[in-house]
Amino acid sequence: MAEFTLPKNSKIQPGKHYPAKDAKNPRTFRIYRWSPDDGQNPRIDTYEVDLAACGPMVLDALLKIKNEIDSTLTLRRSCREGICGSCAMNIDGTNTLACTRAISECASGDVKIYPLPHMQVVKDLVPDLTHFYAQFASIKPWLRTQSPAPDRERLQSPEERKKLDGLYECILCACCSTSCPSYWWNGDKYLGPAILLQAYRWIVDSRDEATGARLDDLEDPFKLYRCHTIMNCTRTCPKGLNPAKAIAEIKKLMVERRSA
Amino acid sequence: MTAKDLRNPLKTALGLGSSQSGVGHWWTQRVTAAALVLLGVWFVATVLCLLHADYATAHAAVAKPWNALLLIAFVLTMFWHAVLGLQVVIEDYVHTRWKEVVLLVAIKFLAVLGALASVLAVLRIALTP
Repeated sequence: MAEFTLPKNSKIQPGKHYPAKDAKNPRTFRIYRWSPDDGQNPRIDTYEVDLAACGPMVLDALLKIKNEIDSTLTLRRSCREGICGSCAMNIDGTNTLACTRAISECASGDVKIYPLPHMQVVKDLVPDLTHFYAQFASIKPWLRTQSPAPDRERLQSPEERKKLDGLYECILCACCSTSCPSYWWNGDKYLGPAILLQAYRWIVDSRDEATGARLDDLEDPFKLYRCHTIMNCTRTCPKGLNPAKAIAEIKKLMVERRSA
Repeated sequence: MTAKDLRNPLKTALGLGSSQSGVGHWWTQRVTAAALVLLGVWFVATVLCLLHADYATAHAAVAKPWNALLLIAFVLTMFWHAVLGLQVVIEDYVHTRWKEVVLLVAIKFLAVLGALASVLAVLRIALTP
């Protein structure tokens, strides 16, 4: 059965407290900490950060903590402008990007920061995305054609190109997939909203000639049909995309190519 | 290092491949749901009409050919839809393979038995004077 309680060695303990000295505008951050090296249970450390000397985003606060308070805090980040997807984590109860989430947008009180839910944790706020990326590779996310390569680019009309809007912007941050209960319970086989949105991006591309093969690969009770239209994916997407709609479109195409 | 560590993660992600099914289940679940909306409204309306009726009136109402036919359609669609829904719940939450298979087969047996018993009950009322 699905497990609804954490195993003993995953139960979260209270952690260390790092008070701010002479802070003009202090805000407390409660951050999940776990290291594979010390054999300890995960814990929540609390850090007081002076917002008067800190940038506006949650990532700014995390980097301030790492630079000035506790250098052992481990997290992924790269572009700091919402295009690389590295700093995806659970902030204030919602999966989002630390770099595009303003501290002022978080609910009043302490800012709670956890790694993406229901993933193996590598360390602190860093989840193991190996399987997620392998699932992405499994849908063959590139243009597949059968016709001979033309002498120039494969063209598409502006209308056809428009169909990729709302799909091509996906940065594979995994916020949506890790917010999806179906992905939590059956992530080993269910592809999850992010990968299905990416699959639809190629299915709907007018230049791609493997549409049937792509639908064949998805036609499975677990790969596709674990989606029960829960909509957490759409609600949480930090890029404002709609993976639930992309999945619904795939389901419609599945019906369209068979007899009712 | 375990045997799994030696494999490329893609091997795990691909698994046993696509079973080429699921769309039938999905479509049937929606068609039976649509049918149940109509049949459900008819069923509730019929039962409400029989409030405070005596046994003979109720017996005569069920025995009417249209009522008997719709009642059989209602119970068959309901059991069909229920088994499709239960299948999803079991696939979602039961992760021990043998338990999953036993439950998936058991709900089908129970649904067939329940549907047959319901049809038999309606026929007995409809065909006995």
